[in-house]
Amino acid sequence: MTDPRPSTRDPYAIHTRALRKEFGPVVAVQGLDLTVPRGEVLGLLGANGSGKTTTIRMLCGLLAPTSGEAVVAGVDVVRTPDAVRQKIGYMSQKFGLYDDLTIAENLRFYSALYGLRGAAQRARLDEVIAELGLGGRLHQLTGQLSGGWRQRVALGCAIAHHPELLLLDEPTAGVDPAARKLFWERIYALTARGISVLVTTHYMDEADRCQRLAVISRGVLLALDTPAAVKAQFGVTNLEDVFIELQQQSGELA
Amino acid sequence: MTPLLTRLTRLPRLIPSWNIWPMLLKELTQLRRDRLTFAMMTGIPAIQLLLFGFAIQTEVRHLPTVVLDESATEESRALVTRVLNTGNFDLLAHVADRGAVREALESGAARAAVVIPPEYARDLKRGRTAQAQVIVDAADPMASAAALSGAAQAAQVEAQARLGLRRALPLEVRVRPWYNPDGRSSTYIVPGIIGVLLSMTLVLITAMAIVREREKGTLEQLVVTPISRTSIMLGKLAPFLLIGYIQVTVVLVLGRLVFDVPIRGSLWSLYLLSLPFMAASLGVGLFLSTLVRTQAQAVQLGFFYMMPNILLSGFMFPRIAMPWAAQALGAILPLTYYLDLLRNILVKGVAPHHLVKDGLILTGFAALFIALAVRRFHKTVD
Repeated sequence: MTDPRPSTRDPYAIHTRALRKEFGPVVAVQGLDLTVPRGEVLGLLGANGSGKTTTIRMLCGLLAPTSGEAVVAGVDVVRTPDAVRQKIGYMSQKFGLYDDLTIAENLRFYSALYGLRGAAQRARLDEVIAELGLGGRLHQLTGQLSGGWRQRVALGCAIAHHPELLLLDEPTAGVDPAARKLFWERIYALTARGISVLVTTHYMDEADRCQRLAVISRGVLLALDTPAAVKAQFGVTNLEDVFIELQQQSGELA
Repeated sequence: MTPLLTRLTRLPRLIPSWNIWPMLLKELTQLRRDRLTFAMMTGIPAIQLLLFGFAIQTEVRHLPTVVLDESATEESRALVTRVLNTGNFDLLAHVADRGAVREALESGAARAAVVIPPEYARDLKRGRTAQAQVIVDAADPMASAAALSGAAQAAQVEAQARLGLRRALPLEVRVRPWYNPDGRSSTYIVPGIIGVLLSMTLVLITAMAIVREREKGTLEQLVVTPISRTSIMLGKLAPFLLIGYIQVTVVLVLGRLVFDVPIRGSLWSLYLLSLPFMAASLGVGLFLSTLVRTQAQAVQLGFFYMMPNILLSGFMFPRIAMPWAAQALGAILPLTYYLDLLRNILVKGVAPHHLVKDGLILTGFAALFIALAVRRFHKTVD
């Protein structure tokens, strides 16, 4: 195993070794070895309570691991958890937008938290607005928007500061299929520019779109491979069955 | 190194990262948009002031009174007039016998009775101590206190008037009630309303605002950005100080216009010393927000916090009359010290150096509560 020390030439967006998290007697994540090359879209699959959320929170530097190493976007998140936040973008199922602010105000607010100011901020937000097609409703309150629009605004808030890694926690929940398809096209447009993506999802067609899948159950990494190889490993023909298998396992063992 | 030392050495690195402006601007934008909340924040003080100010009148005047004058002489009529002239008693009726007196008091028609026995005038003329009775329905001690003192005062004045014809009293003690010579309860209550109102609204809006961010998932979004948790909170809470100052001003202006409450001391010191109290209240609100999951729970806990504040701080009931345990509980509430400050400044107009002690205690509370709340907030956000 190579030493996962921070380096700007680090070929990995995420690199963890024996990452472990215990909550008292409960082991939420045990010995996770995960590598995500830069520019890759990795899907994180697992039933509820499998350790997905705990893993993401550790990668964001929000939760200190009990033991193990993790380097995210070249930053050692075990030793300098605060330094990683400037380099990642995060978007959750709830979108984290302020309903009583307009699209423009949400974008301005979040980009300001990442240190964008003045002319640079305006120029960058114009880019984001054009890229995501948000121009038409800039001064509309976010609370009045449909799921698809809210999702795009949330994505805009997460990428305005040029993150190296996007962490998407069920980003398409409650969004119609057409908007989901568009969303994935945008995600791949971002990876073309070297941005890496870690995404959790419950939709199997989305899991199929990922370049590789990490399958975790009860805090253990069961598979880390392409969707096709994962299906082969579980001896099933579609990912739906992988998921059902995982749910049953966690149900039996719970 | 001790944790405190570690923290202190890290402080220089922390301070530049206190970037509260984006948060502050966002809060002000939301506040401006949320007209209802803003109206409530300024309208509630006005309504509460009028409710409390008019309802809490502890000095009871104009008790309906029956008179049983068995003497029926010039002297007895002079005494009755003297008692009625205190303004504490209103003549309801003249009655014919003791049974009627009892009947009037028991039915509640009368709250007081003046009874003058047949021998009253005769005793006076013979130089003997003449006796008369003022009976007061003292089931409610607060309602009867003014009547009792009014009757005693009337009797003393009448006695002196009769004695004055011949010689002076051997000694005279004059009680002079300073600061609130008319004993008006609004003078006492209205400054207190500022304190009660501030704790109630600041604790509640803080707790609810933080819980709302958690419910909506925006808090989760905020903590993954580079902004520090301390900045999140400072930016979030600072606008509430503005609301607090608006409330103080509304109550002061209305208190002055409607209830003629005095402002004898320096308004500057009042506004300055309100700051640590508001900060302490924000700290309490933040702390409560870490204990609950929903906004409804936050409201319940907020009211639970207000109960001891209203009862034990000296807002309605004098602390000096409380048993030691209640006094001790009151002593750990910031409101107790803030009420003291408010009354000292507004009603008594004391010199500034008498305000220092309360000011320091409040500053201590503010530092303690905010430190505790921030610690818990940091832990619960993970």
